[in-house]
Amino acid sequence: MASVAQAIRMALHYGETNLGVKDIFGQDVGAPLGGVFTATQGLKTAWNSPLDERGIIGMAMGIAMGGDKCVAEIQFADYIFNTIDLLKIAGNTLWCTNGQVQLPMVVMTPVGAGIFGSVYHSHSFDAWASRLPGWKIVMPSNPLDAYGLMLAAIKDPNPVLYLKSKALMRHKGDELIPGEPSDEKELKAMIDKPVQNAEGWKPRWPDLEEYIVPIGKGKITHAGEHITVVTYSRMVHLCDEVAHKLAGEGISVEVIDLRSIYPYDWQMIKSSIEKTGRVLFVNEDTEVTNFGEHLAYRATQELFYQLMARPRVLAGKNLPGIGLHPNLEKNSVPQLHDIETAIREVVAEVP
Amino acid sequence: MSKKTTVKAGSKSAAKKSVKTSAKTAVKASKKASAKADNFGGLSEDLLLRIHDLMVKSRVLEERLIKIYKAGEAYFWIGGPGEEAFGVPLGLLARKGQGPAYDWFHLHYRCTPTMVALGMNMVDSIRLIMNRATDPSTGGRNFANHYCFPQWNVAPVTSPIEVQYPLACGTAHVQKRFGKKALSIVTGGDAGTAEGDFASALILASRKGQELPVLITVQNNKFGISTPFEGQHGETHIADRAKAFNIRARVINGNDPVETYLAMQEEMEYIRKTGKPSFIEAHVSRLYGHSSADGANKKAHLLDPVFTFENRLIDAGILTEKAAKKIWEIYEAEGVAAQEQARTEPVPTPESVWEHVYVDSENADWRKF
Repeated sequence: MASVAQAIRMALHYGETNLGVKDIFGQDVGAPLGGVFTATQGLKTAWNSPLDERGIIGMAMGIAMGGDKCVAEIQFADYIFNTIDLLKIAGNTLWCTNGQVQLPMVVMTPVGAGIFGSVYHSHSFDAWASRLPGWKIVMPSNPLDAYGLMLAAIKDPNPVLYLKSKALMRHKGDELIPGEPSDEKELKAMIDKPVQNAEGWKPRWPDLEEYIVPIGKGKITHAGEHITVVTYSRMVHLCDEVAHKLAGEGISVEVIDLRSIYPYDWQMIKSSIEKTGRVLFVNEDTEVTNFGEHLAYRATQELFYQLMARPRVLAGKNLPGIGLHPNLEKNSVPQLHDIETAIREVVAEVP
Repeated sequence: MSKKTTVKAGSKSAAKKSVKTSAKTAVKASKKASAKADNFGGLSEDLLLRIHDLMVKSRVLEERLIKIYKAGEAYFWIGGPGEEAFGVPLGLLARKGQGPAYDWFHLHYRCTPTMVALGMNMVDSIRLIMNRATDPSTGGRNFANHYCFPQWNVAPVTSPIEVQYPLACGTAHVQKRFGKKALSIVTGGDAGTAEGDFASALILASRKGQELPVLITVQNNKFGISTPFEGQHGETHIADRAKAFNIRARVINGNDPVETYLAMQEEMEYIRKTGKPSFIEAHVSRLYGHSSADGANKKAHLLDPVFTFENRLIDAGILTEKAAKKIWEIYEAEGVAAQEQARTEPVPTPESVWEHVYVDSENADWRKF
């Protein structure tokens, strides 16, 4: 099975071969490195930009305005913050021009904790991104979704932020990407650049097929009856693990992988809450102010009389950063035991 | 609306007449001129008169916009009176059209002269400042002079200064790949060069072997809102910064349309021939201050490029005083008529806020998911 990094690489290859992507660029995106997480190795349109985040976003906007399709990368979301006003402009250009100027561009960036990356390699960006009207925002949790959401992002006529979990880049799923060889070693031999003697290396791409995960559509990763847990990205796996454990005790947890931050799959959330009467929103961005709070607000407004417990948000602590020592990181973003405790509390609550 | 518009030159009947009578008539009349001492860099009389005509049109339009603001018919004014001698030649020299085979414009909000030279009607600028639904740039959503004309590759003007610089590198990158020798033009102010985006553009445009066909310009009017040039710059010339990136650079008198035209023509030819960037720092006058925020009152002590050029043409016998006066009157009348027309046009509806958040207005209102 492909890793998330390999899946993104294959999606970008499909994009530049079949969907008109002409530039894949950013810091260290081109040869020799092919991306710090290897997600852009061997791509024919990949090139290295200066170490300048604002230049990257501005250039991407210009390329999109000029009529070409590009995928730009900010090496770590921790460094995207100095481009906020450019992201704002990219998001408002269609509106400000009364529909005249579209910016079909993709910006991808690794987000979140889980790799012990310390203060400046552990930032989340989902809550910030949710305040950028005009952008669509996606956050895959597995390789197949990573592939399908990238193709959807490339095909979308709006700017799309593709937030990829740093901790999931080596994660392997349990579903094959259409066209991917079933043997992991065979895939590796085909598309991974050799660590040594890479001079003249070129990838042999599998015969990939188009596979789209529609932006705005979630997925139930663990069906249940007693509580709905709405999450995305890395936290999906933690929530699934807790759901699996609690199932043994007779606590039936429904886990929704939202996959898209905006637009988000409210109908899936709504119908699940109507079934379970209880909801917990889990993500690792800081709790003040958190995208889960918006969802909790909406659940309260629209489903108040169907709820049997207060909606809860479990998120990262409101801290200036994520400390490097494991004791600090693990006490900053939700862990398995935090999720389990929160689920038990919501399920135990009596109206 | 019944508000009366002040008419400085010309009358209401003249305004109506202007629809039929072009300023070209006045220009033609002036061509029976006597011998000239000034050779104007070899530019033809027709071109000189066209430049003058457009400079006057732009000035009259900007002063009309100020009047509209001061009459309470607009919320804000910002613009470029004083930049006519730079902006008009820029608009005249570019390859106008849509798509990568044509030049791209990444302008700032003092670029009315360039838009007028490209062919923008006065009424379209007035619709913008009066926030009419008919405003072709923003549909009534944005400030004065935040132009957007995709049919001429004019990128939307943004309120944050200097962000247009790296965008110009993006369109230049597309143009270079397209291979039709089109270029991207970016304009901005001297104060804005303090922003990182300015440095981003210098770096992106000049990487060895990956140079971009972009004309990088700075209109140095010696002020950043209220702070004088000396209070925020250490460099002698802003153009010197381009030289550090091996970008060909020059400083010009942006108040002289002849010097500007010739310099710009030379730099555009260089860019089209080499595919490499060029940099022009143009010294200009900021005749009406920063914006309506500081009063938008004329600074009489500054050199006025329109009258200076007009007098030069008259002295050389290319233009007569009578013909010049006629041009001012015709455009003044056109501005008045345009304002009166814009008054009658619809404004944006409240529910239109949800239009164009996303392409085809998809997923705009989360309450409706």
